Amino acid sequence: MASVKYTEEHEWVRIEGDVGTIGITAYAQEQLGDVVFVEVPAVGRKVAKGESVAVVESVKAASDIYAPVAGEVVEANAALADTPGDVNTEPMGKGWFFKLKLANPGELDGLMDEKAYEAFVKGLH
Amino acid sequence: MSQTPAGPLKRTPLYELHRELGARLVPFAGYEMPVQYPTGILAEHTHTRTACGLFDVSHMGQVRLTAKPGQSAAAALETLVPGDIAGLQPGQQRYTQFTNDAGGILDDLMVTSTGDHLLLVINADCKDADLAHIQAHLSDRCEIEPMFSRGLIALQGPQAAEVLARFAPAVATMKFMTGAFVIIDGARCYVTRSGYTGGDGYEISTPAEAAEAIARKLLAAPEVKPIGLGARDSLRLEAGLCLYGHDIDTGTTPTEAGLLWSIGKQRRIDGGFPGASTIQEQIAAGAPRKRVGLLPEGKAIARDGAEIVLAGAVVGKVTSGGFAPTLGRAIAMGYVERARSAAGTKVELMVRGKPVPAEIVPMPFVKHAYYRG
Repeated sequence: MASVKYTEEHEWVRIEGDVGTIGITAYAQEQLGDVVFVEVPAVGRKVAKGESVAVVESVKAASDIYAPVAGEVVEANAALADTPGDVNTEPMGKGWFFKLKLANPGELDGLMDEKAYEAFVKGLH
Repeated sequence: MSQTPAGPLKRTPLYELHRELGARLVPFAGYEMPVQYPTGILAEHTHTRTACGLFDVSHMGQVRLTAKPGQSAAAALETLVPGDIAGLQPGQQRYTQFTNDAGGILDDLMVTSTGDHLLLVINADCKDADLAHIQAHLSDRCEIEPMFSRGLIALQGPQAAEVLARFAPAVATMKFMTGAFVIIDGARCYVTRSGYTGGDGYEISTPAEAAEAIARKLLAAPEVKPIGLGARDSLRLEAGLCLYGHDIDTGTTPTEAGLLWSIGKQRRIDGGFPGASTIQEQIAAGAPRKRVGLLPEGKAIARDGAEIVLAGAVVGKVTSGGFAPTLGRAIAMGYVERARSAAGTKVELMVRGKPVPAEIVPMPFVKHAYYRG
């Protein structure tokens, strides 16, 4: 069964087996505003935990997306090139950014579960 | 460039209305201003291009200059700006700049003659410095009245005329860059047919206490939606208009910035404004660099600060860049060495360390739609 973990940078990672799908949360897309461009990483790229992997551009500004855990990029969401607005309308669905084959699944333990993330967001207000 | 002192943020007369409309408020030039409303910047931008948008620009500074006996306010102001102010007929408006002794731009501003005085609209971030500058140089010739608490509402878009004429029929036939006193909702306002979107529209100067009621009446019209600073920026960028502090500042001259059109023909010859010799030299020999439009290929956005590269050498810098909703693509403007600034020149913009191919293009990116009668 898939489980979802969250970072303090407002990314989510959905884990299925040894692959994590990564995107940004509803809170993050709301803060960014209308997304007009997403730069996704190349398949095969090996990334370290915390490394800047993708860029999301809203009308206002560019924001880095960090790898929540280490791994190798196995797929990127090419559809976002034509429909970047998916990040706003379905941040946890069609608006995903890339998939990582996890290098060290133990790193997931350091991330927040949904309840902890909700409390974290509440604490920001 | 920010001269905003630290401290509590100021609020415009429309602050409560912004809250009620669900605006996201951000600090801007010392004010708490709406960057967007719940519909978002893209929708607000498109609405302004196709219908009518209402912007709170009350944070900008309004100043009245009245000549002292035996003096001319226009002649006095001309000692600080290169624009032809003496030639303004009553009800005419002009765009100009405060220049420094090096020909750099201290601020850009709109000047309207009402016949018996001049009305200035200056940038929010510069208004205290501008006021001090005016007071230091013009006090012996003019009464200088800052009106920083007045409301200023911009009503912009192809349906702006139809909407505002319901409240003040006289505005329908006003031409671009003219102004008039009109009564709106019982309040005496000064309206100019001008704006910062490249489209048709008005800026309405209201008494502070009347601003909210007027804004509510205008927003009640079915064509009108509130628009935040986010869309204000994307609209002006599409129109190729300069943003002070980004595209123009004390390090750029009006000639470099492509604002020669705003310098009166006789004033180019006569001078008599700060930095005149530098600007005259640049008019004669060409400015060392020029402000240009840039059209990047693909979708990456080159923003303020991105280097402009030609054949491996840096030839300039982007000063504004963003997504143009009307065109569905990225656009930018920046400064390039004059010898390399011809339209059609292929360059590269450095975005996050990677070169993005781009072409130098004429501006505006979206055709202006001013009402010239």
